[in-house]
Amino acid sequence: MRFSGLRVLKEGLTGNRGWTPHWRDPDPNSDYDVVIIGGGGHGLSTAYYLARDHGITNVAVLEKGYLGGGNVGRNTTIVRANYFLPGNSEFYSHSLKLWEGLEEDLNYNVMHSQRGLINLFHSDGQRDAFARRGNAMLAQGDDAVLLGRDELRPMLPYLNFDDLRFPIYGGLYHPRGGTARHDAVAWGYARGADRRGVDLIQNCEVTGIDIEGGAVKGVQTTRGAIRAKKVAMVVAGRSSQVAALAGMRLPIESHVLQAYVTEGLKPCIDHVVSFGMGHFYISQSDKGGLVFGGDLDFYASYAARGNLPGVEQVMEAGMALMPMIGKARVLRSWGGIMDMSPDGSPIIDKTHVDGLFVNCGWNYGGFKAVPGSGNVLAHLIATGTHHQNATGFRLDRFRTGRGIIDEEGKGSQHNLH
Amino acid sequence: MRIPCPLCGTRDRREFWYRGAAVDLERPAPDAGVEAWDDFVYLRENPAGPTRELWYHEGGCGAWLVVERDTVTHEIGRVALASEERS
Repeated sequence: MRFSGLRVLKEGLTGNRGWTPHWRDPDPNSDYDVVIIGGGGHGLSTAYYLARDHGITNVAVLEKGYLGGGNVGRNTTIVRANYFLPGNSEFYSHSLKLWEGLEEDLNYNVMHSQRGLINLFHSDGQRDAFARRGNAMLAQGDDAVLLGRDELRPMLPYLNFDDLRFPIYGGLYHPRGGTARHDAVAWGYARGADRRGVDLIQNCEVTGIDIEGGAVKGVQTTRGAIRAKKVAMVVAGRSSQVAALAGMRLPIESHVLQAYVTEGLKPCIDHVVSFGMGHFYISQSDKGGLVFGGDLDFYASYAARGNLPGVEQVMEAGMALMPMIGKARVLRSWGGIMDMSPDGSPIIDKTHVDGLFVNCGWNYGGFKAVPGSGNVLAHLIATGTHHQNATGFRLDRFRTGRGIIDEEGKGSQHNLH
Repeated sequence: MRIPCPLCGTRDRREFWYRGAAVDLERPAPDAGVEAWDDFVYLRENPAGPTRELWYHEGGCGAWLVVERDTVTHEIGRVALASEERS
C-alpha cells in the first residue's frame, strides 16, 4: 500500500475501508543474519537501513513490548544539528540530512517541520560562545544565524526580554531545526523495514545472549531461541540490563527526564525555543499543545515518571521566560529513561564479543539521532567499519581517556551531564 | 521522594544532592591498574530495582548517606551514615 494525497481522498470518499495494516506480525524464524534487540526508533531505523543500503533483509527486530513503546514515544520531538565538537558535529549533520529526505524515502508522513530552533543567550560572554558555536555549525555545512535582541523581538514577542537575572541579549537561530511526529517516525521506519522483508517481532523479550568461543551465536527469548550471525543491542533505557546478558558492564547510569504538554491552544509559539540558563525549552505541537521540558531529576531511575521538585523547577523557568504560559493548563507529563554516559555523548561500537554491537548512551538527545544512528549502525554491522560520520562514539573512550566528546564542557564523570 | 536522614529525620528530596552508586566506599588502590579504575570511575551495574547510593545532605546536617533505594518504584529502604558504612 502506497500513501498519496489521491489515496487519502479516495479512501475518505469510500469509508476508509481500503487501509491495510502497515506491517506484518510474523512469528520468529529460527535463524537470521542479523537480530536487532529493541524495536524503538533506533532499532527500527537500523533494520531499515540494513535493508535499504546494504541489501541485508534476513533481519529480525525483537521488541519486548510494542513497537515504539519506549523513549521514541517519550520525548519532546525536537530535531536539530547544532553541535560544536568534532565527533558530534558531523554525525548530527548527517542525521539531519536524512531527516530532510525521510518522508519521501519512507512514503510516510512523519510531520517533520523545520520551523527553526532558537537558543537564547543572556550575556556578552554567552553571545561569544554562541557565535563560536554558530561558526562551527556553518563550517560543518549546516545553518546558523546569530540574532540580536532587536531581530529576535519580532520573532518571539511573547518572551520576557527584561528579566532581571537573565535579560535576553539575542539568540542563535538554526532555521533547519524543528520537530517531527515522534510515533510516526517509529511507524514509518517499521513499515519501511517490513516492506523490505525485515521481521518485526513484538512481545518478544530477549532473556539471554548466546556466545561461543568469543563470538555471538544468537539469543534466547520469551518466544524461543533464535540463531543469528550478528546481534545489535539497541535498547537505550534498558542498555545495562541487556548488556549484562553478554557479561558487559556499560558506562551508563539511567536517569529520568520529565516533559509536559498543555491543553491544545491556538498557534502562538512558531519555533523551538531553548532557554539554556533555565534548563527549559518549548515548542507547540500541531495539535496545539505546548510541549516543554527541563533538566533531569538527577537521580538514577527506571520509573518513567519523576518527582514534583523537577516539575516545579521547569514551571518556574517557563514562567520566568514567557509569563503568558501561566494561562495554559498542563494536560499531562511523562518521564523518559535516559541512558546517561559520563561525557554526555552516545556509544555506537563493536563489543568484546565478535558479531555483537552496542548502540546506547543517548543521554537526552536520542530522538533527532534516530535516522543517523540507524544509518551508521547499519553501516557498522554490514561492513565491519565505522561510518565516516560516526567514528567517535567509541565504547573504550572512557577507559583510555582518548576521544572524550564532552559537548557541554562539564567533564567526563557520571552525574555531570 | 523523602529521605530519612539518620541525624535529621525524614526530609524533602530537595535537601539532598545525589552522588551516584555507592562505589566510592570501595575506592581502588592508586596502583590497582587501568581495569580497576575504569570499573570504579565509569562502569556501572545500573540496576533496575534495588540499588545502593550515596546522597549528601547538603541542605541539612551535611552528612554523606548510604541510601538503599528502588530505581523502579523510588521506594527508599535503609539509610545509614556513610562514615559508618565504610569498610
